[in-house]
Amino acid sequence: MSLKIDQDHSRFRGIVRGKIRQNLRRYISQGELIGRKGKDLVSIPIPQIDIPRFVYGDKQRGGVGQGKGDVGDAVGGQEADGDDGQGQAGQDAGSHVLEVDVTLDELADILGEELELPAIENKGKNRIVAAKDRYTGIRRVGPDSLKHFKRTYKEALRRSVASGVYNPKDPIIVPQHDDRRFRSWKEDVEPVANAVIIYMMDVSGSMGDEQKEIVRIESFWIDTWLRRQYQGLESRYIIHDAVAREVDRDTFFKTRESGGTMISSAYKLCSQLINQHYPSTEWNIYPFHFSDGDNWSMDDTLSCIELLKQDILTRVNMFAYGQVESPYGSGQFVKDLREHFAEDERVVTSEIRDRDAIVSSIKEFLGKGK
Amino acid sequence: MALSPNQADLPRYLLVEQEKIEAVGRRYGLDFFPVVFQMLSYDQMNEIAAYGGFPNRYPHWRFGMEYERLSKSYEYGLSKIYEMVINNNPSYAYLLEGNSLTDQKLVMCHVLGHVDFFKNNFSFRSTDLDAGEPITDPVRRRGSDYDPNRRWIDKMANHGAAVRRIVDRYGIGRVEQFIDTCLSLENLVDPWSRFVRRRREEKVEEEPTAVEVPRLKSKDYMEEFINPEEYIEEQRKKIEEARDKKKGRHPASREQDVLLFLIENAPLERWERAILSIVRDEAYYFAPQMETKVMNEGWASYWHSKLMTSEVCDWSDIVDYAENNAGVMVTSGGRLNPYKLGVELFRSIEERWNRGQFGPEWEDCNDLDQKKHWDLRLGLGQQKIFEVRALYNDVTFIDEFLTEDFALEHKLFSFGWSNRNERFEIDSREFKTVKERLLGQLTNFGNPFIYVEDSNFENRGELLLLHDHRGVDLRSDYANETLTALERIWRRPVNLSTLADGKKVFLKYDGKEHSSRAEAP
Repeated sequence: MSLKIDQDHSRFRGIVRGKIRQNLRRYISQGELIGRKGKDLVSIPIPQIDIPRFVYGDKQRGGVGQGKGDVGDAVGGQEADGDDGQGQAGQDAGSHVLEVDVTLDELADILGEELELPAIENKGKNRIVAAKDRYTGIRRVGPDSLKHFKRTYKEALRRSVASGVYNPKDPIIVPQHDDRRFRSWKEDVEPVANAVIIYMMDVSGSMGDEQKEIVRIESFWIDTWLRRQYQGLESRYIIHDAVAREVDRDTFFKTRESGGTMISSAYKLCSQLINQHYPSTEWNIYPFHFSDGDNWSMDDTLSCIELLKQDILTRVNMFAYGQVESPYGSGQFVKDLREHFAEDERVVTSEIRDRDAIVSSIKEFLGKGK
Repeated sequence: MALSPNQADLPRYLLVEQEKIEAVGRRYGLDFFPVVFQMLSYDQMNEIAAYGGFPNRYPHWRFGMEYERLSKSYEYGLSKIYEMVINNNPSYAYLLEGNSLTDQKLVMCHVLGHVDFFKNNFSFRSTDLDAGEPITDPVRRRGSDYDPNRRWIDKMANHGAAVRRIVDRYGIGRVEQFIDTCLSLENLVDPWSRFVRRRREEKVEEEPTAVEVPRLKSKDYMEEFINPEEYIEEQRKKIEEARDKKKGRHPASREQDVLLFLIENAPLERWERAILSIVRDEAYYFAPQMETKVMNEGWASYWHSKLMTSEVCDWSDIVDYAENNAGVMVTSGGRLNPYKLGVELFRSIEERWNRGQFGPEWEDCNDLDQKKHWDLRLGLGQQKIFEVRALYNDVTFIDEFLTEDFALEHKLFSFGWSNRNERFEIDSREFKTVKERLLGQLTNFGNPFIYVEDSNFENRGELLLLHDHRGVDLRSDYANETLTALERIWRRPVNLSTLADGKKVFLKYDGKEHSSRAEAP
């Protein structure tokens, strides 16, 4: 990159830094983001700053398109006069936000870059390695199951055109032996680092839909980030009111129970899970607990603290507690935790007031690189 | 990055191809400026593309923004720029390193079409730096030795140097902010001023002269019937009124070139005026390209396809060529692809003029069967498309050659926002509607018509702009922001008269706050 564009680019980044936080924040806060995820792809916005001009309002404007469809059908793209990168250099009016599809890995990298998240220190369990195949190339020999149909067809077409056999009126292409192309793979050797996230959520009556939505969005991002760090990431889900039970992901986000709250029940179950399935010598363990901070009694809070000290903290990378503000909760629990674990780096607490606070909360949780 | 104007860095095998392609192009009648191809890596390509094709421009963050967009799109595998060519004499074109030979040949053919277009289309005559002002007869045939000065690459670099000098003196922050202000007003230009003498030297009238009412020619004895006295008197009053109204008005008549008006009349510091002039010059440089996007891409695509499939491709290229060409021509998601629209229109013109499907006999014929087999074997197609590429721009091109049959065959539709379903929907397939919408979109480059109406509005030195409302409201938050920029330059309150939801409104910014009111006081 030359000096000139470098300067212009860094000034742009400078402008965006002031701006991008809001941009990204707004975008993360939108629950629809997860809904858009299909085939492991989500749309991410690339920041664009629009210079205001006298322009037509969007909605009255409309345009002209081409293709099938009846009057009243929706139009595929938002705007038909989309500009493509090709062709003459011109002045294209920039669109406000360019949405591109990226993989979750890339998304995690972008998140990491924007939030300046450190890469996670592995707990030193690099002894086990595993080979992973990646299909990256093409070769002339291989098993039929890996035949690359399109490439093979193209070779055959090319050959038949070149040898004059091709007849446009009867375009039948018969692949011959030499036309065949196969996918080939490369073996990547990677250290295996096993990791498990144990999500715990308070589903007592005081946790409303909005609170659960916040938990859902936040855990999506935590998932995305940790998945980038560890190849084999497992997730377990525990819900609790006065009693705790393990559920699947779907139930986790949908259940709504009434009744009291005994947080210790969840911590007990969490500790059991670790005992049974995740020996701490082989696993990186991340318990995340979300609640509105309204525990049943001080006694129960004390037993929670005891459980953490004795059973959980010794075996996990970190213990994260996120407190979602709700109109009913007292919010006492986070204060108790902070009182008892003020010195302990392994316990991370965060208060999430509303959707806009999700980004800073993620940064609090993951900013330490544990 | 230093760009040298020689071709030494183009590999030999590509130089050979270029020579071959240019020879074939000439044989087909293409007439182009010399073309200088440069081979670039993808990040060099992204950089130059971010600068609008020029290796050297003034510093501004938006180029950095564009660079980021292009390089991210490239890294995420969404798009890459195959080719780029700038309107310059000689024309500079860029090839992407690592493309296959087939792709490079395709790009060279495509570029040749563009450069022929730059040289011959009348719109681009306004970018001749040695033309003098303005070109009132762009159609006039030029001699075969037409070799205008279009050293825009140098001019842009000079702009860059000038702005850098200003930056050294006043600091990047201040200068960049002012450039932002200018860019807000960048689209307030008059596309036709390039071809019309807008301002006539008005005679300074010391004393009011008697008003001469033009009379219709008549024989003496018919005079009082053809030019009745009352009518003449009425006209005289009208003219006098108009003259009184004009008196003391500034500008004397509406000005669409708001930028020029500001350069001439706003209380700017020297460096500010220099920057505003640069922004205006560059806006006019890019105007022909925006004005002919469909034609220009269509013409280039017509020629890459013709040259590639007739002589340039060898057997080993043709499949890859076809695949790439299909990628460029694709219309998906209901989008109108300017490459496709342009090339199909040129082909339709060629066919119609080859078969003689034009003129009154053709228009008046209502026999579908006869029309279908209409072939006078005139063979005028090639001649016609060369003529069209010289004398039309997108608006006139589509107005004249986009026929109902064409719209039907290519399944054109118009779409609009549906409030009920909150999405864009197809609202018509009616030829008239579709064509009107398309032409409306292209008119004035899709910009609203804004004029300087009065520079002494309400006798308080305020500026009044007028939006000539043609059915679509302005985007109001942007309009207010733009007024802020305008006030920064005019240094007095600025007003804009427009319509919103069918009602007349005056938007005003006085340097402190925005206001809007229904009527002028």
